[in-house]
Amino acid sequence: MSEETARLERIGVSSGWRSKAPVGLLAAAMAVYPWVDARLGLQTLGAMLPICLFVVLALGLNIVVGYAGLLDLGYAAFFAIGAYTAAFLTSPISPLPFRTDFWSAMIIGFFVAMLFGVILGAPTLRLRGDYLAIVTLAFGEIVPRVFLNLERWTGGSRGMNPIGRPHLFGVQFGPSDRIAWYYLILIVGALSVWAISRLHDSRLGRAWMAVREDEVAAASMGIDLVKTRLLAFAMGASFSGFAGSMFASLFQFVDPSQFEFSISILVLCMVILGGMGNMYGVIVGGIILASFDRILADRLTNWIHGVGKAIDWPLLLSIDLTNARMFIFGLALVLLMLFRPEGMLPSRQRQVRRDREGGAVAARLPRPVPTEHEAATEG
Amino acid sequence: MFSPEILAQVFIFGLANGTVIALIALGYTLVYGIVELINFAHGDVFMIGAMLALTLVGALGLTTGAPGTMLALELLGILLACMVFCAVLNVAIERFAYRPLRKAPRLAPFISAIGVSFMLVNVGLFWKGPSPRLFPHLLPSVDLVQATLGTPVSVAFTTKDLFVILLTAPLMVALHLFVGRTRLGKAMRATAQDREAAAMMGIDVNRTIALAFLLGGALAGAGGFIAGLYNNQVHFFMGFRAGLMSFTAAVLGGIGNIIGAVLGGLLIGIISSYSDFYLDPRWTQVVVFGILIVLMIFRPAGLLGESTPDRA
Repeated sequence: MSEETARLERIGVSSGWRSKAPVGLLAAAMAVYPWVDARLGLQTLGAMLPICLFVVLALGLNIVVGYAGLLDLGYAAFFAIGAYTAAFLTSPISPLPFRTDFWSAMIIGFFVAMLFGVILGAPTLRLRGDYLAIVTLAFGEIVPRVFLNLERWTGGSRGMNPIGRPHLFGVQFGPSDRIAWYYLILIVGALSVWAISRLHDSRLGRAWMAVREDEVAAASMGIDLVKTRLLAFAMGASFSGFAGSMFASLFQFVDPSQFEFSISILVLCMVILGGMGNMYGVIVGGIILASFDRILADRLTNWIHGVGKAIDWPLLLSIDLTNARMFIFGLALVLLMLFRPEGMLPSRQRQVRRDREGGAVAARLPRPVPTEHEAATEG
Repeated sequence: MFSPEILAQVFIFGLANGTVIALIALGYTLVYGIVELINFAHGDVFMIGAMLALTLVGALGLTTGAPGTMLALELLGILLACMVFCAVLNVAIERFAYRPLRKAPRLAPFISAIGVSFMLVNVGLFWKGPSPRLFPHLLPSVDLVQATLGTPVSVAFTTKDLFVILLTAPLMVALHLFVGRTRLGKAMRATAQDREAAAMMGIDVNRTIALAFLLGGALAGAGGFIAGLYNNQVHFFMGFRAGLMSFTAAVLGGIGNIIGAVLGGLLIGIISSYSDFYLDPRWTQVVVFGILIVLMIFRPAGLLGESTPDRA
């Protein structure tokens, strides 16, 4: 490895085959998954669709939280805006006088969510981190409630159904065409990964990380703080928006309860678990958490009940992991903050800092190494 | 619709609910004032207090229509039990989930607090189930206006409203005096101002911070009990909503400011009450959170707060 490559690697610009091999493996595993699923009779493909969409969501949130260091607790609001945009534009029960096809709706959903991101972000991105988090949380509470209350247009808690389906080269995307949907989402996910990795290495991406690490230094290098943050916020919102419109079309149904606060927290957990700022970490974290949420909690509970019956231990029968999901996510957040705030697969900058501060020893200390941009401004 | 009687009646409802919001808001403000942490789990400590109160009421077999000194003593006992339990819970949360992160970046303890909040919500869900639970009508609901004037008037100020105010006001006054007049209160103010200097003056910073959590937790526990008695309903998700309302109240009054939290709580209570009546209860949260966003944008220091140095 030349000195130049080593330097680039250190500042987080990915290069070389060494860093790309696991990515290729992951992509290959994802591509053959439907075949494996069918072969082993796992019956998980239906659940894999929302899991993959949640990974796309987590990738978008990673721009906001991981790259730019802004805590967004109302991410589900943009998801809701994207989903309802698609519903308004394609559903036969929509109050709008015109309809579009799904693809246009998805693109419009992308921009509508971005617009709301800008409207919310422009006045609030000057705020301190935790204040910004509360503003986004308040926004995340307002949006689903507005959709719930505007019954005349949105159907309130009855939701909207059906919603337009995508059409592509004569391929059907019906509710039972899981394999078609799977590859569609996979392609969208791959395009997102490509776009985000280009963004990460671009001038803008480096500006995001500079602002996150030390905003005073970044500002004195000529980076416009508010504009840079606003772009991160708007990009994150737009990802959530188009994922929302796909979600609506996939399930053919939107209602306000799909976009509660717990969804924002679930996606945030994915980003933190995987490693804020590391896209591949976020993908792995997203797959783990979403599959726990959608598949494993249920199956583990069945398995524990099976064991409980076999050894005749009623305590095991009373365990229900699906009802304890919030507890498990909450505990995961606390433990991650206490013991491994950089996540499972830390971003390269964090990894470097961890090594510098004493590596494994520092990682084992209960007090984590300051990693956020606040470290520079704290005290 | 806008007759003075109705305006006054809605005001009274708002005032009674506002005092409970103020009690919770005090917990946010105490903790934020001293460690600059939005204790996201605080609203859920309040919820746990309400659930404990319901459990104790059930265990003691208290039901409607048993007034007398015995009932008063039992209610007082439940109040104290809730306050002690929530105080200890809040201190334990601080010890295990926040203290190890005190030197970490600001967002780390905040994310940890969200995690604790989720855990408590789930505990509440296991404890009392997913649907709202009835809290017995233990307080006599005699209309004092009618009782004093002798004739029916359309404005009611019941013994229930009076009870809520009589119970919360002394707690607030006691807290204000404690922070303003005692040595421990002085230590709290010193720690809030400059933690290092306070430590050098011989103040045990860890204990002082724990004290802020202790007081906040006790007030949340009292709030949980009083909210159960007044609204006659507890629900595992009540802490999330009440927590956000109270946080809005604390920000409205000026976070870190004790008088401000009380003022903000009463204002939010009254605003929600008018919004419940004149708009629709379904829009109240939108109104309150809208106020929160607008406040954050235009006056993050709140009504009574000095502008805090913006460090980010």
